Amino acid sequence: MTNLPTQYALPSFSWRAIAVWRRNFLVWRKLAIPSVLGNLADPMIYLFGLGYGLGGLLPQVGGVSYIVFLASGTVCASTMNAASFESLYSAFSRMHVQKTWEAILNAPVALDDVLSGEWLWAASKATLSGLAILLVITALGFVASPLALWTIPVIFLTGLTFAALGLIVTALAPSYDFFMYYFTLLMTPMVLLSGVFFPVEQLPAAFQTVAAALPLAHSVRLVRPLLLGELPTHAIMHLSVLLAIALTAYWVALILTRRRLLN
Amino acid sequence: MATLTSQAPVLSVAGLRKSYAGREVVAGVSFNLARGECYGLLGPNGAGKTTALRCCLGLTTPGAGDITLVGEPVPQRAREARMKVGVVPQFDNLDPDFTVAENLRVFGRYFGLADAETRRRIPQLLDFAGLAGKEQARLQTLSGGMKRRLTLARALVNDPELLLLDEPTTGLDPQARHLIWERLKHLLQQGKTILLTTHFMDEAERLCHRLAILDEGHIVAQGAPRELIASQIEPQVVEVYGEDAPAWAASAAQPYAKRIEVSGETVFCYVDDGQVIPLLAQLANLPQLRTLHRPANLEDVFLKLTGRELRD
Repeated sequence: MTNLPTQYALPSFSWRAIAVWRRNFLVWRKLAIPSVLGNLADPMIYLFGLGYGLGGLLPQVGGVSYIVFLASGTVCASTMNAASFESLYSAFSRMHVQKTWEAILNAPVALDDVLSGEWLWAASKATLSGLAILLVITALGFVASPLALWTIPVIFLTGLTFAALGLIVTALAPSYDFFMYYFTLLMTPMVLLSGVFFPVEQLPAAFQTVAAALPLAHSVRLVRPLLLGELPTHAIMHLSVLLAIALTAYWVALILTRRRLLN
Repeated sequence: MATLTSQAPVLSVAGLRKSYAGREVVAGVSFNLARGECYGLLGPNGAGKTTALRCCLGLTTPGAGDITLVGEPVPQRAREARMKVGVVPQFDNLDPDFTVAENLRVFGRYFGLADAETRRRIPQLLDFAGLAGKEQARLQTLSGGMKRRLTLARALVNDPELLLLDEPTTGLDPQARHLIWERLKHLLQQGKTILLTTHFMDEAERLCHRLAILDEGHIVAQGAPRELIASQIEPQVVEVYGEDAPAWAASAAQPYAKRIEVSGETVFCYVDDGQVIPLLAQLANLPQLRTLHRPANLEDVFLKLTGRELRD
């Protein structure tokens, strides 16, 4: 109403976000081991189940054995999942159920600081998830060369992208049930269309066009070659798309959250 | 405190207005808090108390009005102003994942306080809140009153000049309420300034130097509790209970009371000092009615000004 310009203002960033990040880190530290194991178990079951089970029936996929192909997709998909869960369920608990954000906003911390702290935290936690998978598949010999280290910034950027998208949904959510729509209508199709389980080229042309717009597909296009010991083609383009989605989505999430909490 | 009148107000609010969806929730509210004063905002549910507090903290932009909080213009510099303010919110929002000490340490970080500094202050904060030795207690093990006191300790972590308390004792048992009141009086003695919202009249009467009664976004009366009672209402009240009380009020009571209110089977007779004895003598002839004579209090003022209908 009277405060339209401030609601649409560009995000402001400050070191105060670190205090919010550290609050979440302290909670996570208390449950770190079950949390990491929990994040690892589900993707690993899929990786081994499909990789060895289905992979045994298949010739090479994309020039490598199926489990190696799937391993790189798993890194991206589990980063996406971790970022989504944290920015949806956990952030919603802190915003709406526990009123943690409300408490923080009574201190000299702005909503921009709270949301950027949450954003960075969800991306950090997603990075830990992606790295845990990366470590396991490296130990299993599915990673070709030290080029794989370049996936770390890509994993972090993937985390930022999906954390920002998740924060948009959280800002709109009336309750936890709302997140089911996001997962079934957006996340699940995205995993199937983005080259996680099979090459995008297998899809009909129309779906390939859709895939080109999906953030997860860009993440896979970067991570897969790096884990196979190759340099990704169009790396700058893929990075730019991820960064553009991440920043735009974060700004949208911030505007929606300002409208929800500062009205 | 000798400083009561010496400085600029700790909080000044002038012509504050705020609407939601076309309904004016705060409709032109003005008040000032002098240093060391306890000021109360009283009002039924939905009177605009919490919205007014949110405006003062810069958490929502007012439609109109000027606010200066601890010397800073709000909302422009609200964040800076909150450095010197402590808040006890209406609903508990302590961190359930943390121990008592972690709650304070993490909250201190939001003020830019180093952990070492907060750690040094924690024993004295907990001591003040009657939670000494509870540093490592998990939040789930605390009673409602203990959580409320921890919230008060948390609001003091930055050693604020001004405390904003939104219904600080709602939901507490009498023991816990008295302990909170005693702690708040102690803070006033230390020279802190307090802004309190409540709908407990005894709380306001005990704690507040001055108060404003809010109804539908307007301040309908403002002043010291004693002054309000003296100026707004008859000094004595005789409450009359019984099945026949409303009929008696309608037929025979008029000559004996200045003002009569009926609520169910209770009749409230508001009378001047000289009218008490004739009224009680008249009632002595009607043994089926029970009576209670008491001096008028702030609740009578509140009900007179805001009416008896429910506000939820």
